[in-house]
Amino acid sequence: MTSLPTSTEKKLGLVIDLDTCVGCHACVISCKGWNTENYGAPLSDQRPYGEEPMGTFLNRVHSYEVQAEGQSAQTVHFPKSCLHCENAPCVTVCPTGASYKRAEDGIVLVNEQDCIGCGLCAWACPYGARELDQEEGVMKKCTLCVDRIYNENLPEVDRTPACVRTCPAGARHFGDFADPDSNVSKLTAERGGMDLMPELGTAPVNKYLPPRPKDSWDDESILAPFLEPVADEAKGLLGWIDKQLSRLPGDSKEEV
Amino acid sequence: MHPAPSVIIFTTFSGLGFGLLAWLGFDASPAKGWAAFWWFLIAFGFACGGLISSTFHLGHPERALKAFTQWRTSWLSREGVCAVAALFVMGLYAAALIFFDTHIPHLGWIGALLSLGTVFTTSMIYAQLETIPRWNTPLTSLLYLSYAITGGALLSGRVTIALILLLITTAVQLLWWKQGDSAFADSGSTLGTATGLGDRGEVRSMAHPHTSPNYLMREFIHVIGRKHAQKLRIISLGLMAVLPVILLLLPFTHVFALLAVLSHIAGVATSRWLFFAEAEHTVGLYYGMR
Repeated sequence: MTSLPTSTEKKLGLVIDLDTCVGCHACVISCKGWNTENYGAPLSDQRPYGEEPMGTFLNRVHSYEVQAEGQSAQTVHFPKSCLHCENAPCVTVCPTGASYKRAEDGIVLVNEQDCIGCGLCAWACPYGARELDQEEGVMKKCTLCVDRIYNENLPEVDRTPACVRTCPAGARHFGDFADPDSNVSKLTAERGGMDLMPELGTAPVNKYLPPRPKDSWDDESILAPFLEPVADEAKGLLGWIDKQLSRLPGDSKEEV
Repeated sequence: MHPAPSVIIFTTFSGLGFGLLAWLGFDASPAKGWAAFWWFLIAFGFACGGLISSTFHLGHPERALKAFTQWRTSWLSREGVCAVAALFVMGLYAAALIFFDTHIPHLGWIGALLSLGTVFTTSMIYAQLETIPRWNTPLTSLLYLSYAITGGALLSGRVTIALILLLITTAVQLLWWKQGDSAFADSGSTLGTATGLGDRGEVRSMAHPHTSPNYLMREFIHVIGRKHAQKLRIISLGLMAVLPVILLLLPFTHVFALLAVLSHIAGVATSRWLFFAEAEHTVGLYYGMR
């Protein structure tokens, strides 16, 4: 049924730390690896070794540059997958009931046997979290590794989404946001976890931790007096060369 | 948005077909027998042809029947239910006129309302999407309904009404374009809100997650078509309204009437192409493109 549950018992989701992510794309690869051979249809590739290779991915890492006025630019690597929104617009638009949000843990899933591949849920998602598999003709999306997190055949340490398990920087965290004492709830509270595009009212479960403020050259240091330039004007031989060169035409105008 | 031919053909022809069905249903003194047959053939041909075309973009058209189940929440499902109901009721109404020379006005009204309801539900599939600010307005429903009613009037040979409606539809189209051009900026979504980094400074996309365009970029980012958007808008209005108005004002001949209809259809199709090609999705923000 494509109506959303009024509330869910658990709110399973991810915290993604933009301060820690190094943009290595390991989460992209482990996600593709796990999900192409487990839950649902495999994640196909088109022309993988040809021109314009293309494929289905449930997790992708963008890279952005943020620059405040007068400051140096900062690189932010930005992994993006399904945010398992509480008010998921992708679910309610589905005409067949293939898309649903689970009442027990809030995971948004697609029943691929019911999906007609109309693509409307991908249109309704503001984040680009859903991709229509070009080979299977069904909609693919992050399952929060639903076939890992409850899987008692796996060692307990592996019962977490593949992207979280593999992240070498520890930039991804998995847990229950409904529990205020969970690791993800605490991290969100401590570090000011953000929603993406909050203006659209989707109420994402996944949170993003902003990059921590960087050191600045403007901060007053006890060494500052010793770091002042000792000479503003060239003297001696260099001063003489500067003077002679200045006499010749051809200096660029800004420097004159 | 990617202007998929199947969706352009679907919205253009099913809009015209259901518009014509609405006029045939409301008609107080409809044609009967063979004359009625031809009218309904055109209307059903357009409506059904459009609906069938819309299934071409599905990944699994063989499961299309499942799309009738979620009418409580999904506008796409409601459209399917409404379309089948309209075609069924109008089919009964048409059969009574064609085979039994009997006019059942109440059945016609119900069928006409269901036909307009189908156009409305189609428009809501697009108008509901907050991710595409240009579409996310009640004006989108007004636009689809005025196109359908105008096209129906033109197809059913109501010259005076069609002339007035063509002018009204032109006004609605211009209004829709005007508000659409600023809709994305008005929505407030930027790369800053999309990444949550906007309050820290200017955010710029530095590297895409992949080396060549993926499904998301092909589906949601369509930049090339917008280059000639202004010219296409003028061509669309010329074909949709100006040329048909001139042809209808000339002394009536069937050739001019046919040309007016063909020109109108080409104009509507152009407008629908722009409807998709000009629409910008919030996913484009993540790619630093729109």
